[in-house]
Order: sequence, then C-alpha cells, then structure tokens
Amino acid sequence: MPNDLQAPPGVPARTLPVTDMDSVAFWTGGARGELLIFRCADCAYYVHPPVRFCPQCESRDVAPQPVSGRGRIASFTVNHKQWVPGLPVPYVLALVALEEQDDVRIATNIVNVAPDAVRMGMKVRVVFEQQEEIAIPFFEPEDAA
Amino acid sequence: MTLYAEKNTAITGIGQSEVSRGSSKTALELTVDAALEAIADAGLTRADIDGLATWPGSDDNLSGISPVGSPALQDALRLKLNWYAGGREAPGQYGAVFNAVGAIAAGLCRNVLIFRTVYEATARKRAYANSLIKDGERQNGPFIWYAPYYVYSAATQQALYFNLYVHKSGIKPEQIAQIAINQRRNASLNPRAIYRTPIDFEDYINSPIIATPLRLYDCDVPCDGATAIAVSRMDVAKSLRNPPVRIEAMGTSMQYRNSWTQLDALDTQAQPKVAEMMWSRTDLKPNDVDVAQLYDGFSFHTINWLENFGFCERYGAKDFIEGGGRIALEGELPVNTGGGALSGGRLHAYGAVHEACIQLWGRGDARQVKGDPQVAVTSTAGGPLAGALLLVRE
Repeated sequence: MPNDLQAPPGVPARTLPVTDMDSVAFWTGGARGELLIFRCADCAYYVHPPVRFCPQCESRDVAPQPVSGRGRIASFTVNHKQWVPGLPVPYVLALVALEEQDDVRIATNIVNVAPDAVRMGMKVRVVFEQQEEIAIPFFEPEDAA
Repeated sequence: MTLYAEKNTAITGIGQSEVSRGSSKTALELTVDAALEAIADAGLTRADIDGLATWPGSDDNLSGISPVGSPALQDALRLKLNWYAGGREAPGQYGAVFNAVGAIAAGLCRNVLIFRTVYEATARKRAYANSLIKDGERQNGPFIWYAPYYVYSAATQQALYFNLYVHKSGIKPEQIAQIAINQRRNASLNPRAIYRTPIDFEDYINSPIIATPLRLYDCDVPCDGATAIAVSRMDVAKSLRNPPVRIEAMGTSMQYRNSWTQLDALDTQAQPKVAEMMWSRTDLKPNDVDVAQLYDGFSFHTINWLENFGFCERYGAKDFIEGGGRIALEGELPVNTGGGALSGGRLHAYGAVHEACIQLWGRGDARQVKGDPQVAVTSTAGGPLAGALLLVRE
C-alpha cells in the first residue's frame, strides 16, 4: 500500500504496533483525522491505555471518543545517536499530556519544528501519518505553519 | 520494630564470573563460574542449595539480556531444589532477592542461590541487540505505545525522565559528570572493572550525546558476565564462614501506575515510595549508611536515588555531588565503589549487591572504604522498576 508519506529509501521503516479490539481505535482513528481515547460515559474520565473499566468510578461503560488532539509536552528528549543506518537524526521523542486530561500521556515524535526549538510545556497538536492500516499520531507545535 | 521476614535472612556468599566485552565462555559457563564461587564462598556445597532464583529468567532469544534461566542452571549443577523462581514481573531487578526472602520465610528452603547473567557484549557482535525494536516485526509488550517513534534503546526512552529532571532541578553537566568521573576513579582500583582509565570533565563533556541529557559516559557498559549470591536463613547463616550480611530492610512497593508512559512522577519514577517503604522497616536512618551501591544503568538513576533515599533533599543532588568529594571512596557517602555499571559493566544491579558485600566484608583492597563499613544500601531502577535493599553486616 504505497503512499506519499512512506519513509524515503534508506530510512528505516517505523515499527508498527500489534493492535487488539480496544487499542485499534487509537491506532486507526487518525485515518478520519480523529485521535480516539477511551472515556467513561458515567464520570467522563479518560482511560488510557484503553480498557473497558473506569478506575475512577468503576463503570464498565467506557468507549473511544475523539479528543481535541491538543496537548502540552510533559517531557521530551532530542535523540542524537544513529541507532541504525539511515536513521535521520536528531529527532525528538516526547510524552504529550492531553489538553482534556493531564494524566493521559501519548508517546510521540515532535515534528515540523527544529529539535532545538522544542521546550518543556510547549503546546502541540496532533498530525497523522498513515502506514499500512495504522495512522501514526505525531505532534507539531500549535503555531507550526 | 517488627521482626520482618527479611531480617531473618542474610547474604552468606558471593560469586562473580569474569566480566568482559566479549567472553570466550558461554553464558551458561559464566553462570556456573559465579554460582560455584558463591556456594564455596558461603562455605556451602551444591547439596546445601535448596532454592534457586533469578531475574528476569531466560528470555529465550539472542539479545543477551538474560540468556540463562533457573532450569538451565539447576540442570547444569544437578541441584535438588525445594523451590525455584524466575520472572520479569517484580519490583525491579532485585525481584529474585525479594522472592528468595519470601521462600525462606515460608519455610520452603534454607539456602537460596540467586543469580543474574548477561551476555550483551557478545550479542552485540552478532547483531544489533538490546533493542526495544525487532526489525521487521510488529511491536507488542510494555513498549507498544512507543512502537512507531524510533525508540531503539532504553537510553532514548529513559531520557524522557532524565530531561524533565534536569529541567526541574537545574542540575548542570559539571555536576552530572561527577557520577561518571567518580565511578571511573573507583574502577581504576578494581581489577575486574572493564574501563579503568580515569576520566575528567573534558572527557565527559566531549563524549557524544546519545539522547539529551544523556552522554555516552552517562550510560552503562554492555558486557558478558554473571553474578551469584547465596542467601540463607539466619540460623544457617550464623553457622557459616562469613559474617552474615543481614537483609535489614527491603523496599518492594509499586504505588504508581506501572507504565513506561503513564508513570505518575516522570522525573522521580518509581523510587520515592520504594525508599519510603524500606526506611519504614528499619530503625536505621540515611546517616547510618556507610556505603551506597545505587543503580546506575544511567548516571541519573544514581542521582535520583541519592534524593529518594534521603541522602539529600529533592533536587539537592546537584549540590551533594558537586566536586565529587562526598561520593568519593574517602567521602561521607562512598557511592558505587567498584566502578558500578558505568565503568565495571552492566551486571544489572547484581554487580552492585556483589560490591556491597565486598565492602561489608572488607575485601575491597585498593578500593576498600576505610572505617570498617557495616551498613550498605543498594537499589535498582528504570522507569516503573525500582527496589531497595538495606544490608547490615553482623
């Protein structure tokens, strides 16, 4: 399934996750532009990683729901080491805390910004890249062009 | 003070294979070397060993992270056991020690041989190893949420914790460097250490950045090697040749979200409540500790433990390690006295408990801490992994 966003020749392919009937929402919702996070229908708590149990109110009525896709960088690192041939360095690995709920953290790369311009607490928004059936969530600065 | 079960157990012998950047022996033979040394050091024989424990158990692949499990060692030594265990899901790398304490307390066994073997130096010569990603395969397991983001190594993942720590604490490279510099100085006095040439701040600051804030010298050294310790019930321990190194207290809790992404406190990881638990099980205090063998998969783990054990205040480690004097062999709290994993090799916390016993038994030769140390603390770390042991030589 070739597409424009596949890694250029020589750049290592991104490793895709195994999905199950609950995590598949998170990993495929981006095809429709949606970041889907499980949420409790009774108390509105977001449950991530996804499981159909709310640890706040013990409801079992928990299901995927779109979020804004906005958040802030809870932490990040600029990776300089080229672990495998062709790996484009430096790149930024981050944990993004969602705007809706600070304790939902998404691991991601921060894209469309120079690595040395990334800051703790920076506001970011989701962008997706399709690879096979997976829509990989990346984040870019909110003020990116 | 309650007589907690660990106080009725003691380390009675230690063993370590050759430690190298590429062994001429198999991982199993290295394990046998360490095991026989520990059994003999305790004054025991193979026939006395009735329990066997390891962490994380055989990983059944060629990564070298844990090539030998308890079935292989049991069969090699033809041990007759009443109890054995190996398994990854435990409060850190010392999970095998905590399990052994429980098994002894339960009356299942009296002398447990505990071991940990690594073969990562050889694994890396064959193929890229210790990778969180297997080329061409989809990812599953605890790192699944990192799958598509080029997280090849624990260094990149754990740098997320350490960079936030730098941001919150304001620690400077001159201060961080003291961990690597101190340990290399200690390694220069340890004939079994891998890297023994002293380094200075220039060497540190000129070493390559791996993932901010980690430089090469902040990372442990993959090696081939095995460590073993014998842990015995106290009445047995008192009849053996070494003064018992009693397990005075242990910290085994997991009061946080057990996740590499959702862990509650990213900059302190799982350590604070583990330390709190350990101190709650003893009358001893941080200022009673004579030597500290703190986990150093990355130098920041050691820095974190200095604070979380209460040797200094939160975000006070930068001042505590400034100049390196306090943590030196002759300082008020000698840290990682054999060179640790940064210079001695990544024996994955078992080098640390081995070195704690070396110091408590006065076997450190050129690196022996003066003043007859009696109390040692040692710990494990890595995101949600954390465990702690307080050891007292009788």
